[in-house]
Amino acid sequence: MKNEMTQTPLLQIDALEKRFALDHGFLETVKLRKGRIRREKREVHAVNGLTLDIKRGEALCIVGESGCGKSTVARLVAGLLNPSNGSITYDGKRIDTLTRREMLPYRRKMQMIFQNPYASLNPRMTIEQALTEPVKHHHPDLSAQGVRDKVVEVMRSVGVDPAWAPRYPHEFSGGQRQRIAIARALTVDPEFIIADEPISALDVSIQAQVLNLMLEAQVERGLTYLFITHDLSVVQHFGTRVAVLYLGTLCELSDTATLFANPKHPYTRALLSAVPKLDDQAPNHIRLRGEIPTPIDMPQGCPFRSRCTYANDRCAVERPVPAPQPDGSLVACHAVEEDRIETV
Amino acid sequence: MSLLSVQGLTVKFAMRNNTVTALNDISFDIGQGERVGIVGESGAGKSITGFSILNLLSRPGYIAGGSIMFDGQDLTKLSDKQFRTIRGNRIAMIFQDPMVTLNPVLTIGQQMVEQLQAHRRVSRKDAEIIAVAKLREVYIPAPEERLKQYPHELSGGMRQRIVIAIALLLDPQLIIADEPTTALDVTIQADIMELLLELCESNNVSLILITHDLGVVSQMTQRMLVMYAGRIIETGGTREIINDPQHPYTQGLINALPQQTLPGEKLRQIPGNMPALSAIPPGCPFHPRCGYAVPTCRTVRPELRRHGGSDVACIEVERLHGTTPHKVDYA
Repeated sequence: MKNEMTQTPLLQIDALEKRFALDHGFLETVKLRKGRIRREKREVHAVNGLTLDIKRGEALCIVGESGCGKSTVARLVAGLLNPSNGSITYDGKRIDTLTRREMLPYRRKMQMIFQNPYASLNPRMTIEQALTEPVKHHHPDLSAQGVRDKVVEVMRSVGVDPAWAPRYPHEFSGGQRQRIAIARALTVDPEFIIADEPISALDVSIQAQVLNLMLEAQVERGLTYLFITHDLSVVQHFGTRVAVLYLGTLCELSDTATLFANPKHPYTRALLSAVPKLDDQAPNHIRLRGEIPTPIDMPQGCPFRSRCTYANDRCAVERPVPAPQPDGSLVACHAVEEDRIETV
Repeated sequence: MSLLSVQGLTVKFAMRNNTVTALNDISFDIGQGERVGIVGESGAGKSITGFSILNLLSRPGYIAGGSIMFDGQDLTKLSDKQFRTIRGNRIAMIFQDPMVTLNPVLTIGQQMVEQLQAHRRVSRKDAEIIAVAKLREVYIPAPEERLKQYPHELSGGMRQRIVIAIALLLDPQLIIADEPTTALDVTIQADIMELLLELCESNNVSLILITHDLGVVSQMTQRMLVMYAGRIIETGGTREIINDPQHPYTQGLINALPQQTLPGEKLRQIPGNMPALSAIPPGCPFHPRCGYAVPTCRTVRPELRRHGGSDVACIEVERLHGTTPHKVDYA
C-alpha cells in the first residue's frame, strides 16, 4: 500500500481491442446485398478500447455479466490470445508483440488460474507430474531434489498433503483440485496471477477456503492479482480496485470501498442492487429494461444506452470516455458528467 | 391441511457393490401458497428431494421408504399413468438450464400447445390463445411472434421466462424450481426472481425453491430447510434462521459469505468437505467439520428438535450459545 502512487504500474493495458471473426473462409464472407454480391466480414467486438493499469501488490477485479469480455481480457493479458489493437506492457516492457521464446520469462512471472479445476488439470497426470512439469520447464537447471522440495513446499502452503502427490485429479474434490491448480501456478514463483472465475464452480463453504488461500498467498508471496469474476460480494471482499465492464468497454473503475459506497455509473448501480442480500425480504433492485445489444453490431454512442433510464440524444451518438471523478474513480457516462443522476 | 406432506422420505441408490442413502428420513410440509427454500451444498440431496416428489428419479435411484402426500394422494404409490396426470399439470418443475429444458427443434408455440393438449382437450387455436396469455403474464414482448420462434433465437433470460410460462400453463398448485437462475446473470436473476414471486403470490401457488444462494432464499421464501449429507439439519422460518441460525453448519454457511466479514479480513471458512454419500460418518454427519463436536456426536444421531426459532438436528445446540468453537483438525 505504501508509496504506490510513485511506482510504475506492474501491468499497463492501453486501448486494448479484440475482435473475433465470425465468418471464416471465403464462402462465408460472400453475401448478397441489394442484388449485388459483396464480401462482408462480421466480427464480434469482445474488447473495445480498454485502458487499465494494475499496480504492484494490488488485486484488481474485473466484473461484468456474461459476454462483457472479462475472460477475453484475462486471456489477452496472459498471452493466450493476441490483441487486434492496443498494447499490453508488463513491468515497462511491451509483451503483446513478443515471440514465444521471448515470452517465456514472462510466462513464469505471470500465471493463470482457471474457473473449472475439473478441466484445467490433466486427468492422466498425477498431481506430482502436474506440479513438477512447470518447475522443470522454467528452471531446467534445478536438480531433481530441488524440484521435489519446491513441489512439497508449495503443496504444504496450499493445504494439500504432499503424501497425496502420486494420486490422480479424479481422486480429489472440487475444492482440493482448485487448491492444486493454485499450487501449480505458485510452483514457479510468479509475481502476477490472473485468476479467471477461480471460485465460481465451488460450493459456498469451499469458496471461502479457496479465497482465504488466495489472500494468504498474496500476503506471503507479495502477489499481484487480476481477478475476473461476476460475483460482486467476492469483489467487495477481495479487490483493491474494481473495473466494471459492459460489452467490452469500461464503465467504472474505482477503489472497492468507493465503488460499493457510492456507485456512479447507472450500470454499476443496477448491478449492485441486483445482488440478493441476506437481509432482503423481497427482491429489491433497479430494473433494467430494453434489449441487450449484441457485440456483433456494436451500437453507436454509449453501449449501455439501450437499457439505461438516463439515456438522451447525446448518449445515442457520442461514446462516453472514462473521466476522473472528485473521489478518484473513473466513470464513462454522459449522465454522470452532466450531473443528471440524482444521488441516493 | 397442507398441500404437500413428505414423511420419512428415504431415497437410496443401488450401486454395484453397495447401496448408498441419498436422502435419509426427510419430513416436511408445505401449505397452499407457501414458499419454502431448500438450501445446501452440492451433494446435500436438495435436487434429489425435488426429483423424488415428481417421481423423476431414474435407476439406480429408488424411494426406499416414506410417503409423499399431495392433496390427499400418496405420490409414491401412483402408477406411471396416474402420475402423468399430476406431473406438469398440478405440480410443475423449473430446471436450472432453460436451453436443456426446451426442445431445440420445436418452436415455442409447438411446445406450449403440446403441453396443453397432453392434459386438456383444447383445439390448437385455443391452446395458442392460452399460450399467448401466459407469455404476456411473464412480460414477454410480442408474444404472438415468440410462438413461431425457436429457443436458440432467444436470450437466456427470455428462455427462462418461457420455461416459467410453460410451468404455469396448466395452473399448477405447486412449482418446484431447481436452481432456476444459477445459469443467468445477476441483473437477469433479479428480474426472474421478482417475476416468480409475483406469479406465486397472485395465483396462490406453492413454491419449493432449491438453491445454494442464501440471499435468494431470504428474498423469496417464508420457510427454509437446510440440508446436509442427505438429511435436514435445520428447518424453520427463513427470517429466524438467517438472523439466528442454530445449527453449527447453518452458522458456518452464513458466516462463510464474504459480506459477513470486513473487507480484507480472512473469511470464516468451514474446514473440510461434505462427505461422499458412500462415506457418511456415523452419528452426526457434520461432526468431523464441527468446531463444537463432543465425543457423543460421533455415535448419537441427532433428531430434529425445537430450539430458538427453528427445529435443529444437533445434540449440543443448548451449549453452543455463548461458547466459542474449538479448532478443528481436519485431515
